[in-house]
Amino acid sequence: MAQWLIKNGHLIDPANGLDDVLDIRIANGKVAAVGKSLSAEASDEVIDASGLVVSPGFIDIHCHLREPGQEAKEDLLTGTASAAAGGFTTILTMANTRPVIDQAIIVAGMKHKIQTDAVVRVEITGAVTKGLEGKELSEIGDMAQAGARAFSDDGYYVNDGRLMRAALEYASMFNLPVISHSEDCCLVADGVMHEGCVSAKLGLKGRPAEAENIAVSREIMLAEMTGGHVHIAHVSSKGAVDLIREAKAKGIKVTAEVTPHHLCLVDKTIESFDSAFKVNPPLRTNEHIVALIEGLKDGTLDAIATDHAPHAYEEKDCEFNEAPCGFAGFETAFSVLHSCLVQTGQWNLQALIHKMTAGPAAAFDWKDRGHLSVGGLADLVLIDPKKEWIVDPHAMLTRGKSCPFTGMEMVGQVVRTMVDGKWVYQDGKIIRN
Amino acid sequence: MRGQHILGLEHMSVADIERVLNTADEMKKVTKQDIKKLSTLRGKAIVNVFFENSTRTRSSFELAGKYLGADVINIAASTSSVAKGESLRDTLLTVQAMGVDAIVMRHSAEGAAQYATRYVKAVVINAGDGAHEHPTQGLLDLLTIRQHHGSIAGKKVAIVGDILHSRVARSNIWGLLKMGAEVHLGGPKTLIPKEMLDMGVTIHHRVEDAIADADVVNVLRIQLERQKKGLFPTPREYARIFGINDERLKLAKENVLVMHPGPMNRGLEISPDVAYGRFSAIEEQVNNGVAVRMAVLSLTLADGVQA
Repeated sequence: MAQWLIKNGHLIDPANGLDDVLDIRIANGKVAAVGKSLSAEASDEVIDASGLVVSPGFIDIHCHLREPGQEAKEDLLTGTASAAAGGFTTILTMANTRPVIDQAIIVAGMKHKIQTDAVVRVEITGAVTKGLEGKELSEIGDMAQAGARAFSDDGYYVNDGRLMRAALEYASMFNLPVISHSEDCCLVADGVMHEGCVSAKLGLKGRPAEAENIAVSREIMLAEMTGGHVHIAHVSSKGAVDLIREAKAKGIKVTAEVTPHHLCLVDKTIESFDSAFKVNPPLRTNEHIVALIEGLKDGTLDAIATDHAPHAYEEKDCEFNEAPCGFAGFETAFSVLHSCLVQTGQWNLQALIHKMTAGPAAAFDWKDRGHLSVGGLADLVLIDPKKEWIVDPHAMLTRGKSCPFTGMEMVGQVVRTMVDGKWVYQDGKIIRN
Repeated sequence: MRGQHILGLEHMSVADIERVLNTADEMKKVTKQDIKKLSTLRGKAIVNVFFENSTRTRSSFELAGKYLGADVINIAASTSSVAKGESLRDTLLTVQAMGVDAIVMRHSAEGAAQYATRYVKAVVINAGDGAHEHPTQGLLDLLTIRQHHGSIAGKKVAIVGDILHSRVARSNIWGLLKMGAEVHLGGPKTLIPKEMLDMGVTIHHRVEDAIADADVVNVLRIQLERQKKGLFPTPREYARIFGINDERLKLAKENVLVMHPGPMNRGLEISPDVAYGRFSAIEEQVNNGVAVRMAVLSLTLADGVQA
């Protein structure tokens, strides 16, 4: 196995409090040394990372790989290639596949396929309820023993409070979180965008922010009642941020994530009726974005997650009401946040990297990920913070070519990704080892 | 306006609205002639693609096209390949491939007409897209008001009823505000999104306040099919509290104009004595509808060759 010496990079490792020009040596799939002016050993292959940022590999705790069952949208090959291109070295895939990941045998099958097809680490979410139907608990314990790392009916809110209570109690025996897609089903009804001035004007049915607030409120109360760990997926409303902040202050075991699109896009984009902007929960308004950024800064929101949800282009190319929700997110995540928040001075690069590395690892207690500690996993990414590029979905590695950032000018891009001491992505290409 | 899509009044300029209304005034004379036939659109092909049922709008467009000398065909979704699962894009491409000059389209999805412009080179005229816009209805309502009151600017127009689900309301709001009218919305809270204030209107939940001193009362159809969603308790209660009847109409100005885009639920949102009373312009609206559609077709397909 090659031994790498990455020299003169701006190493940002929030978990270890590192933010300096440092060298890093990788040997045997582990971080062998981090320090100033490390001298090259005979077996080192040296990479000059001058002008580049070296960061722990990003961790995405919310994505959809569509396999099994919907490979026309994405599969493990294209999905993990896309993740690697976005700098993600660990991703957590959701259970809403066909069949739904709701039994240990499906978890086992996935793990097997991951070994052959995936270029990054893929962790698996099991469904909370059988078939995501919200009626009966899935075999949570069996799936936990087969290697599932979290449980979620993402895409659907577990409407039955009694069932969600049981899920939190049961999953807590295995020290695993239950991820909640928090939107009150009745209030959301058949809404397709944020309820507000834009929906009123366009005549499109709205999904009020209160639907999210109410659902988050219940989850927090159930987490307090059960002592279970609830993780709130894709927080998009100011009210939800306030509720989570309050709950954390009380010591309730709640963590939360926010997506790049909810941080950088508003509902006004839907005036074009372009279904690329259709997502659940919906894009909201600037008032909500300000609250989300504040929530990231003060630690209320633990992590940035992509909610990478690829669809075949043809499926999204239809009337707005008919289009499925979601879009590809791996390959734009870092650049979008760097361009929209860091370049504009609203946030800093160190904090962004924290929320994409140590933040998600801590939220799910993945102690071996999200840092570049000596002796730890060599999962890392090289970023060119000055690289300018324009988003072109057709140049992306994901099969999901519908993207709300199409045509946007970006500053900053991932240029190399290493998993387990091996380069898996470099300058637009996947390296399969 | 030649080659211009007509998707809604939100983005139509005041100058263009005035051009349509002025042309419609001329076209209206044609509709009153013994021989209602012009050669303005001779050799042009227009297809009405209606994915939702409609009698008045579809036949109004059909006659408008025919009076102007165009060849007009109608496609109804129930008899088309849509029933077999064909996508909207494929339907549009099929129609496009037939070499038509204009597609008049009605669809239940908001933004469907705008979507159509991505795939067809023909002029797209929105004949109603979900709850979004119905621009020719908005224009014919403006024409009716202008004919009755002489001008639109400064008039108080009350739009009463199911605003939430109404494309007519949205097109009326944009058109009326652009032309300088004051717009007051009236109806139950459940049927008027409060965010519509942002559009520049005044909202009232006592219908009496909406129509007080109004120059125009435009009554919208209550979409009974939405009833099951519980937006108001019963039609009976709606009629009693929000329906426009003779008694309530006395609150409006003496020469008030009563409009309704049809079809009406008589006895529900409007009482028969108002619908057929001396203030009602409902039939005139239908006549103006043909004139406005003739104006729109001639302006977008032939530079508005005069009658």
